[in-house]
Amino acid sequence: MPRGGSLTKLAYYSTVQHKVAKVRSFDHSVKETEDDPLYEISVQEEITARLHFIKFENAYIETCLDFVKDHLVNTDTKVIKATGGGAYKFKDLIEKKLKLKVDKEDEMSCLIKGCNFVLKNIPHEAFVYVRHADSEFRFQNTHPDIFPYLLINIGSGVSIVKVESEDQFERIGGSSIGGGTFWGLGALLTKTKRFDELLQLASRGQHASVDMLVKDIYGGAYGTLGLTGDLIASSFGKSATADKEFSKEDMAKSLLHMISNDIGQLACLYAKLHNLTRVYFGGFFIRGHPVTMHTITYSINFFTKGEVQALFLRHEGYLGAIGAFLKGAEEDNPNQYSWGENYAGSSGLMSVSPELNPMQRARSGTFDMLEMDRLERQLVNLPLLQDPSSYIPDTMDLTEDAVAREYWLFCFEEALEGVVKRAIASQPDLPQTRERAEKFSQKYRHKLQTLRHQPFAYGSLTVRSLLDTREHCLNEFNFPDPYSKIKQRENDMALKYFQKAVKSLESLSWEQRQFALVKGLLAGNVFDWGAKAISDVLETNAGFGFEEAKRKLQERPWLVDSYNQWLERLKGPPHKCALFFVDNSGIDIILGVFPFVRELLCRGTEVVLASNSGPALNDVTYSELQILTERIAAMDTVIQTGIKEERLILVQSGSSSPCLDLSRLDKTLATVVRERHTDLVIIEGMGRAIHTNYYATLRCESLKLAVIKNSWLAERLGGVLFSVVFKYEEPPKYQEETHQ
Amino acid sequence: MELNGYHCEDEAAAETEEEESVGEKQQWAQRKESAAPRAGDTTEKEADAPRASASRERLPSNSMPRQRTDSLKKNRPPFPWFGMDIGGTLVKLVYFEPKDITVEEEQEEVESLKSIRRYLTSNVAYGSTGLRDVHLELKDLTLCGRKGNLHFIRFPTHDMPAFLQMGRDKHFSSLHTMLCATGGGAYKFDRDFYTMADLRLRKLDELDCLIKGVLYIESVRFNGHSECYYFENPTDPDLCQQKPYKLENPYPLLLVNIGSGVSILAVYSKDNYKRVTGTSLGGGSFLGLCCLLTGCSTFEEALEMASCGDSTRVDKLVRDIYGGDYDKFGLPGWAVASSFGNMMCKEKRESISKEDLARATLVTITNNIGSITRMCALNENIQRVVFVGNFLRINTLSMKLLAYAMDYWSKGQLKALFLKHEGYFGAVGALLELLNQS
Repeated sequence: MPRGGSLTKLAYYSTVQHKVAKVRSFDHSVKETEDDPLYEISVQEEITARLHFIKFENAYIETCLDFVKDHLVNTDTKVIKATGGGAYKFKDLIEKKLKLKVDKEDEMSCLIKGCNFVLKNIPHEAFVYVRHADSEFRFQNTHPDIFPYLLINIGSGVSIVKVESEDQFERIGGSSIGGGTFWGLGALLTKTKRFDELLQLASRGQHASVDMLVKDIYGGAYGTLGLTGDLIASSFGKSATADKEFSKEDMAKSLLHMISNDIGQLACLYAKLHNLTRVYFGGFFIRGHPVTMHTITYSINFFTKGEVQALFLRHEGYLGAIGAFLKGAEEDNPNQYSWGENYAGSSGLMSVSPELNPMQRARSGTFDMLEMDRLERQLVNLPLLQDPSSYIPDTMDLTEDAVAREYWLFCFEEALEGVVKRAIASQPDLPQTRERAEKFSQKYRHKLQTLRHQPFAYGSLTVRSLLDTREHCLNEFNFPDPYSKIKQRENDMALKYFQKAVKSLESLSWEQRQFALVKGLLAGNVFDWGAKAISDVLETNAGFGFEEAKRKLQERPWLVDSYNQWLERLKGPPHKCALFFVDNSGIDIILGVFPFVRELLCRGTEVVLASNSGPALNDVTYSELQILTERIAAMDTVIQTGIKEERLILVQSGSSSPCLDLSRLDKTLATVVRERHTDLVIIEGMGRAIHTNYYATLRCESLKLAVIKNSWLAERLGGVLFSVVFKYEEPPKYQEETHQ
Repeated sequence: MELNGYHCEDEAAAETEEEESVGEKQQWAQRKESAAPRAGDTTEKEADAPRASASRERLPSNSMPRQRTDSLKKNRPPFPWFGMDIGGTLVKLVYFEPKDITVEEEQEEVESLKSIRRYLTSNVAYGSTGLRDVHLELKDLTLCGRKGNLHFIRFPTHDMPAFLQMGRDKHFSSLHTMLCATGGGAYKFDRDFYTMADLRLRKLDELDCLIKGVLYIESVRFNGHSECYYFENPTDPDLCQQKPYKLENPYPLLLVNIGSGVSILAVYSKDNYKRVTGTSLGGGSFLGLCCLLTGCSTFEEALEMASCGDSTRVDKLVRDIYGGDYDKFGLPGWAVASSFGNMMCKEKRESISKEDLARATLVTITNNIGSITRMCALNENIQRVVFVGNFLRINTLSMKLLAYAMDYWSKGQLKALFLKHEGYFGAVGALLELLNQS
């Protein structure tokens, strides 16, 4: 619980009880009838860990403590961790109210701990601020190594900290001219009490009426030094007179420039002295205020001539609280887990610009929250990424592409009704299904609206983040797996065709078979409830079949067509091991993927099937795939032998998203990939191979295939609905050379 | 100088120079047969550069032979000799008053020249805002072979029109003199000088002039006293006192000029320097903020208030936040954590005086200059810092603060030095250029 000048941030850890969908295989000793479903679906309660961070004004401290008190029931907590200068101020109040001992943690070490945590665990945590750009926020990739960096914390004063590793940091300097100076001096000059109001004043002011500019002294630029005429020569230099009135706005603006420039200059001097280029800014002065982010960015640019970029953090306001919490939870070692931002429970980055959204601003002043789900595993990079530091999962950044953003926001909003219907249908026997579905609908619609105004709220806006947000919202209202029944039905149906499909493939010549296998994969991939064009077809025409899907496919040459190269490659030696990221349940996995896997196994290639850890749309989950594989093995000796000899193994991806982030994968998967010397990665489906990873470069051969089931996207890529992408790639040449 | 072999090289160099001079001298002698050998010696040095002449000025040269003055007329600009530095807030003017004027010369002297001299030397205040800093006057100075006093005059830049009007009224342009000016105003008012007073300015770079001026005044000393000084025991308020400092082997040094804004220069030799950085938080900010916060209108008023105020009521100190020292980071409790930080709170805003605010403004601006300077010194690896500029005029508070800050935060590694002629070096440099270029 760090307490800065005016806001209190509270971090707590909770176990969240929520519904999860479980699948369980029936006892096979019992004779099955035709109508028996393949497996049983049940919704169970599961407990997961979640970190909550709440921020509110100090005025609400008592309310906050009541809240904490209510949530302390049944815990044996004895101590509450507090940090920040104000920890003294409220110590007695906290101890009296909560009957807990206040354990004061060092502010700076909490801040650094929190900063390390968010930089490591939250993709798109850091951003560069560009005023007037279509999206003002340019999010940065998470660099695999976050150290060393400089953290400039602008609270009431300024602290400059050099962070070299998880536990090693040093306060290398600071300044007394900080947020407190802006606020204090600003209040004196303008008689405006609130910090936010001062910033508003500043954003409307003209500093040139108060500041003495170079041109006021020189009449123009100071050419020999390259100082332009508009540069401030002397802050407040024009107000040195008793007989002139200055507007509040102009004075506030001048003050803002004075302080921002000064901090920027010191930051640059320290960065230069310590030879650091990654400089993060935080503290209440910065905290999501476009005005100060802009002036600091400008100043850093000016003083380093563009060599250093000012970086800001989405969750900067919580760093101290996160750090204090992590210190308290050290015995649990939260660092051994990975954490994921819960989009449903987090309020997201706010545009504090008052003109933009007064309602949001009012909210940000008093209440704001962040939730992080503990992902019961550590997430790591796919070891086969060519360059983990430059890997960007998403193909399109909707924060920057306004046209695409409009389309997808519209698309998701339109699809919402269908999702709600499906959610209701998935839980006919559970209580308050309709009410919960309605709440889900409201929440997601609200998120979409927020994103329309503030596309940057959760980092770069992407199709992936829109899909993930929907999943998080569904989970929030206990719809863990709206597609469970559909998946079950489709799996059931597809299994019945498996042997027939294999048989027909075996009758083909080698070359015909290779093509049929690829076509099967593609046709299977048409069956996707996530794509609106298909869900409409599936909705109205239940009999839409595999063969029909094949007919719908684009004829060769495909939109992206490297099939010939792939075929040539198959004529060569078998791959050592293929990692296959699978997509949908039903026809896709059973009639598309398994025959293909079967062929790979026959060629002598080991196969690692990677499926989602948790449900997302109709994607096949790890637990479903286990049952399916078991069933297929029972009717197919190749698969059976593969399983038995561990030449076919199933792993979970660590994700619950219809998309795929190759920089956040289950650690086990990475280990398997490394141990088996994987030399082929197959990524299937729109979500994983088009919306994400389309441009991902790997250090081994890769196959990305999908059917474009969205006419807008197809058009954008230069094709039509049901265009086929078949992208076979060899690793970049220079890589091979260095290996030889 | 005598202590080590290093100096021997210097001497050797000096000797070589001497030899070359002899050759030159002969040439001069041929051209001006009447020149006395000794005077001739001085002559070509002057023609060489004012910097070089500077070292000679201290030589006693009491009786000037008449012929010499005449013969030198062509190599010397006509009187009056001015150097001007037109800054953002103040115009600094140095005026050389020749004291060795012969009867003949006086007869020849045009009335306007006399009137200017009389006006400037017989007054200490000009108009409502012009002032002569009598205490800074350099007496018995020899410049360009002429002996006289150097006067230091200043007036606010906003009174420039009045000054030009005076120049016009006194028929300054009829003297056909070259007016050397530096500072931004030399550019800004260039046209006004021409249109209002029929004067053409020779515009000079302000940093060149600043450095030339500093080196010159340092070398001629201040009427026999040291120009440069420092504060002994800067960290002990009781024992802290001003002491003369001998600025020998001055390079490299960091020169911090605190005018309306601040420029920080790293000086490696007399003509090798670079502007490291600057800040807009300078003297102009102090006065500007003080005027807004307290309603005062002059630097003197602002300083007077600051001297009676208590900044710790306005600033938030480390101990206000942490209850004492912040040991982990070596921050003492008395250090300012947030300038004006206490003013975030309404009650405290109502409990402080104007004097407290003036003091806090002074401390804020001064400390900030101190910390930027310190970072530059570290980045440039320079241990000596010379602070100049009119912000330091009658401002012992700031000088002591700077001396303290340099010493304390560098653990004694950095030394803060000050010069008595604070803000006049640019103008002096401009005057030297006048003498150099003719």
